[in-house]
Amino acid sequence: MLKDATAIVGIGETVFAKNLEPSELELACQAVKAALDDAGIQPSEVDALSSYTMEETLEFEVARNLGMGDLTFFSQVGYGGGAGCATIGHLAMAVATGVANVAVAWRSRKRSDPRKRVWAQVSPRVTDHWKYSRPWGLIRPVDEVAMFWRRYMHEYGATRDHLANVALACRRHANRNPRAFMHRRPLTRDEYMRARWICEPLCLFDNCLESDGALAVVIVRAERAKDCRQPPAYIHAWSQGLTRQHQNMTNYHSDNPLQGAAWAAARNLWRQADLRPGDVKVAQLYDAFTPLIPFCLEAYGFCGPGEGAAFTEGGALELGGRLPINTAGGSLSEAYIHGMNLITEGVRQIRGTSTAQVPNADVCLVTSAYVVPTSAVLLRKG
Amino acid sequence: MIENIPLPSTDDPIDAPYWDAARRGELVVQACGACGKRRFPPRPMCPACQSFEHTWERVSGQGRVWSFAFPHPPLIPAFQQIAPYNVIIVELAEDPALRIVGNLVASADAPINGVDPATIKIGMPVRVVFHRMTEDVTLARWVAA
Repeated sequence: MLKDATAIVGIGETVFAKNLEPSELELACQAVKAALDDAGIQPSEVDALSSYTMEETLEFEVARNLGMGDLTFFSQVGYGGGAGCATIGHLAMAVATGVANVAVAWRSRKRSDPRKRVWAQVSPRVTDHWKYSRPWGLIRPVDEVAMFWRRYMHEYGATRDHLANVALACRRHANRNPRAFMHRRPLTRDEYMRARWICEPLCLFDNCLESDGALAVVIVRAERAKDCRQPPAYIHAWSQGLTRQHQNMTNYHSDNPLQGAAWAAARNLWRQADLRPGDVKVAQLYDAFTPLIPFCLEAYGFCGPGEGAAFTEGGALELGGRLPINTAGGSLSEAYIHGMNLITEGVRQIRGTSTAQVPNADVCLVTSAYVVPTSAVLLRKG
Repeated sequence: MIENIPLPSTDDPIDAPYWDAARRGELVVQACGACGKRRFPPRPMCPACQSFEHTWERVSGQGRVWSFAFPHPPLIPAFQQIAPYNVIIVELAEDPALRIVGNLVASADAPINGVDPATIKIGMPVRVVFHRMTEDVTLARWVAA
């Protein structure tokens, strides 16, 4: 019903930098306008919007600035970085069913200012599930992820070199991308190994960037996609995911904490798809932290449980390797805008316009954040 | 410094008994009043049988380290000052599926940055001790057993 029924036909981005001057609203407007120009579609035609619940710029602000007409579908998806691919999925459903016709997903965030660190906003008393972890000093997402990685190292013999493989792959891809924060900053394995701890066993280079920027994508039905300016990136399948007994971020209480919410998204994604993991030529895997890559490789079926670390060896994740990932540099080395830049890079790979283009990239998997209720989408060439 | 530490609310009816017990120096977990299944963290309903009935079961306080990590700066001020320190997750002896976040300390009131990191190992046996933070907040911590 949904398979290949819709496509992403426009992508737009602002510059990615620290301390951008325009407001998040203005950046959102820039990105949405750029995406619509890329699609060759007028703002007045847009009737559906979707973003993250953490987005501070609301639908009506985007709509009235861009001069949009009536909207008939708008959604916000929860759980931070878990939301990105789901905004695409929600809009695909709205457009495929005819509830709406021209849809825009966007994310605009100024996160480079240290005062914007979500984890640093301390409230009087903790009343939600975090009351069972924050009082003991498990404060930041990196601390919460470090717990999983330490356990994973113990169970499967993974090492720092495996995480370095991830960091180096993303950095090398960023070095080819003039828009990436780390475009001119190569990283060596030695520098990785000597970097300071942020939460041992995770060092500085295991953590994503802190960035300002905005991005948007335009989605229409397949019939219209053929007439747009750019080669369409068809939405072949998508899913959200929240596993049994999952606890947001601090997912330590389920039967297998090392198989997080992504496993539910993955099972449902592949159930719907005509394609298999072996058909995927390139992947954009959510990389707020390097361990999330081996975790994603396992969840999405590129290898078995416990094999994700070893999968990274021998340059497998780099252009020319078995499964190039995060080909614009990812959250680790391009910019961290809650994974929206992984979606736009996925579209570029399908179009053939990436700065690290994988030959014959006709299928691209994009995933949203691991360790939270999440989502994923499979894009394909027409 | 206490005011920077994120303290738990202790007066929510659904988990107040957990915090009451901690003040008494006891580690308790919920057990379903209908089917007996234990659960942690506390919540209103049993996932196995959907009963709202529950009791609070005192557990032995014995467990093993399931995982650990050492936060370094940048952190919120109270923790920035004492970093690096350890945070551990303990699986309970009664039921390894029950896992609790805590700190490994040399003794109940010793600092959380006081244990040599090299001595912390997954699988090491630990037992619970209690540290009073404020009038209503006492935190379970762990010492090597």
